[in-house]
Amino acid sequence: MASCLFCGPKLAACGIVISIWGVIMLAMLGIFFTTHSAVLIEDVPVTEEDMREDKTPPNNVYSLYNQVGFNCFIAAGIYVAVGLLSFCQIKLNKRNEYLVH
Amino acid sequence: MGALFRSEEVCLVQLFLQSGSAYNCVSELGELGLVEFRDLNTQVNSFQRKFISEVRRCEEMETTFAFLEQEIGRSLWPPLIGPLPVPSPAPFAPQPRELMAIEEESERLAWELREVSRNRDSLRSQLTLLSQYRGVLIQTHPLTASQAPPPPQSLETAALMDHRQDTRLCFVAGVVHPWKVPVFERLLWRACRGYIIVDFREMEQRLEVPETGEKVHWMVFLISFWGDQIGQKVKKICDCFHTHTFAYPEHTAEREEILIGLQNRIMDITTVLSQTEGYLQQLLARCVVALPRWKVSVAKCKAVQTVLNLCSPSVTDKCLIAEAWCPARKLLLLQSALIEGTRKSGSMVDSFYNRLPSPGSPPTLFTTNSFTSAFQSLVEAYGVAAYREINPAVFTIVTFPFLFAVMFGDVGHGLLMALAALWMIRQDTPKNIRSSNELWRLFYEGRFLILLMGLFSIYTGAIYNECFSKGLSLFPSGWHLQPMNWSDETLRGNQFLTLDPSVSGVFLGPYPFGIDPMWHLANNHLSFLNSYKMKMSVITGVLHMTFGVCLSFFNYSHRGQWSSVFLVLLPELLFLQSLFGYLLVLVVLKWLLFGPAASDTAPSILVHFINMFLMADSKDNTPLFSGQGQQHPLVTDTSSINTLHGDLERGEREEDEEVIEKFDAAEVFMEQAIHTIEFCLGCISNTASYLRLWALSLAHAQLSDVLWVMVMRISLSWQGMLGSVVLAVVFSLFALLTVSILLVMEGLSAFLHALRLHWVEFQHKFYSGTGYKLNPFSFSSIIDSL
Repeated sequence: MASCLFCGPKLAACGIVISIWGVIMLAMLGIFFTTHSAVLIEDVPVTEEDMREDKTPPNNVYSLYNQVGFNCFIAAGIYVAVGLLSFCQIKLNKRNEYLVH
Repeated sequence: MGALFRSEEVCLVQLFLQSGSAYNCVSELGELGLVEFRDLNTQVNSFQRKFISEVRRCEEMETTFAFLEQEIGRSLWPPLIGPLPVPSPAPFAPQPRELMAIEEESERLAWELREVSRNRDSLRSQLTLLSQYRGVLIQTHPLTASQAPPPPQSLETAALMDHRQDTRLCFVAGVVHPWKVPVFERLLWRACRGYIIVDFREMEQRLEVPETGEKVHWMVFLISFWGDQIGQKVKKICDCFHTHTFAYPEHTAEREEILIGLQNRIMDITTVLSQTEGYLQQLLARCVVALPRWKVSVAKCKAVQTVLNLCSPSVTDKCLIAEAWCPARKLLLLQSALIEGTRKSGSMVDSFYNRLPSPGSPPTLFTTNSFTSAFQSLVEAYGVAAYREINPAVFTIVTFPFLFAVMFGDVGHGLLMALAALWMIRQDTPKNIRSSNELWRLFYEGRFLILLMGLFSIYTGAIYNECFSKGLSLFPSGWHLQPMNWSDETLRGNQFLTLDPSVSGVFLGPYPFGIDPMWHLANNHLSFLNSYKMKMSVITGVLHMTFGVCLSFFNYSHRGQWSSVFLVLLPELLFLQSLFGYLLVLVVLKWLLFGPAASDTAPSILVHFINMFLMADSKDNTPLFSGQGQQHPLVTDTSSINTLHGDLERGEREEDEEVIEKFDAAEVFMEQAIHTIEFCLGCISNTASYLRLWALSLAHAQLSDVLWVMVMRISLSWQGMLGSVVLAVVFSLFALLTVSILLVMEGLSAFLHALRLHWVEFQHKFYSGTGYKLNPFSFSSIIDSL
């Protein structure tokens, strides 16, 4: 198990801070995208054709919104994994501290 | 109560310390950290003071302690992690007998350590030499063993050899430092061309160089030569290169004997060396245990003796007289400390104190806790308050985070800052309080300040409706598109369309809290915000400055300078209000009286204000209120008469009051005139200076917007499932840039500007900052510096 340690205490702490921030912020972004918030319109890759060739407006735009929202959720999931990894590293580092060198 | 609004009352006391109990009384006062002693012997040289021998003694002991600490650092194994521990509870200042015991024991320890170190070093060098000799013998054994035995002597050769004395083969064997080998070899060859044979072998074992202590592989060399003169040359060269040469017997049997002898000796020395090391470690362990307490005790003793040096002996020489500044409400504590000191020394006669009138201005003392000390240090960086002057730190607790937040307003960034501050507040372990990292200490001591800054930033961010540069639509927006009734062709043909609030149904009232999120999607977002933020900055500035001017009332009333209230304060207030207060009124009136329906025909305050000064009138600029045309001349005249009046009156008053002292009437008038001009011009420039609140908040908003557009938008607009991985990676970059640029850089910038606004625009109106701090004689500050 000792060989699983690949980063020091500070890097692991950074990792867990960014992971927590990433999970919360990306999850909220995902929620705001899936509820089609108007403020985020510029972040959605809407093109002219999407708006013109739409049979049932505005469902094209809505589906784009949903896509971006799902991307955000998946990214949040990636950060959950990174967070768990950092947490393990912190635990291993703490354990090494108590060992006699 | 009220200890932060004004500095505490400090009085000068004269202490009469009986000779027997003086040491104990001062040591009690040092434990309390109550008073600041004044030097009564300024005309006496430091070498001629009464207790100089005691101070010398303490200093010698400190030198011994320094030597002990050095030895601990050099030789202790396993080495100490971090500095020596601070003893707790801290020992009291030692009595003379204790001091003597400490002195004796520390000197004895130092002497023993020196002896043992010396022995150990000599043993080590002997061991090195013996090992080198052994190495030489072992390494050169294959060289000489393979040589053929010398030819048997015949008569002829013997006769020849009698004449020639230099035909026998001689050896010089030794070790040389490996780095010197090439030069050594070359020099030998050049000097003794052809008449010597040199062999180099590297030793297997690493041995240490005596001077530097590092371990190298010494090079064994064996020089075989014929002749005496060559021998002299070789020996000189060997000496030159600091080689160690050893006697090299020719016959194998002798060499074997010497080798065995060497082995035995090496074993003996190794045993002795290990025992010496063990003893050394024992001594060092004793040092480590005893040294912290000794250091603290001797530091306290030295501090007390230094203070006793400041006192002057009385005429009868029975007691020492000391003068000290003491806070007035702690006088009883002072008395009890003196009684305690007397009791500890077992003396019968009490020491007592006597209150004196203060010559000049006493020092300022503020009692702060860990929350208020950050704000107090912000104010004190500008200047320490004069005695009993109004302390701006009280108000800074709220105004500083507020002004910072106006420049920093963003919910997300404020939240991050507040969370970071909360984490720092939770880290109150002793290791963090006494950390040696200067930068960490700076941030740590300002943790409550940072927390307040973060919380206020969340508030202003909610008002500006910015969260990582995105708006939050918590309430439904007040703007509606449908009532505009735009046809499809209009929508398709134009890139930008204007929402007209005068059309009914488009604008249904202002947003309940903050700025409408619809503005983030508008093209004229900035021109709307600019107007709003500029007016807000001017309003904040005028209110802040008025508050500052009003605070000077308290200073004047405390000093009884009622004339100044009427001749300085009132004119200043009147000038400020008649110009900038009026501007404030105009701004607020325009906001109240003219709604979105009348937005086409609303008056321009700028034009009105300019006309007021130029005494002109613009026909097509509607007045804000009826009779505004008549008001303007009145306001302008008031302000100008006012300044002149204030100037003259003050000058005359100065003349009446200071009849006794020498003064120069012209100088006083000049000073007042300068002050008046400075105030008037200052008002205008200071009000304009508050516009930095607008400028920095605009910069912050734009920076965070750019960061979002250039970093996050790329990843959010990525098509397909790969977009999520790209998003995850780009988000860490976004996080890093947010923290480094927006939080650290912008935070420091806003901090600096808020500080400047406080120091120059606010404090200049009422604060002089010309005092000096009370620096109490306290053992805790001495121990902290150890």
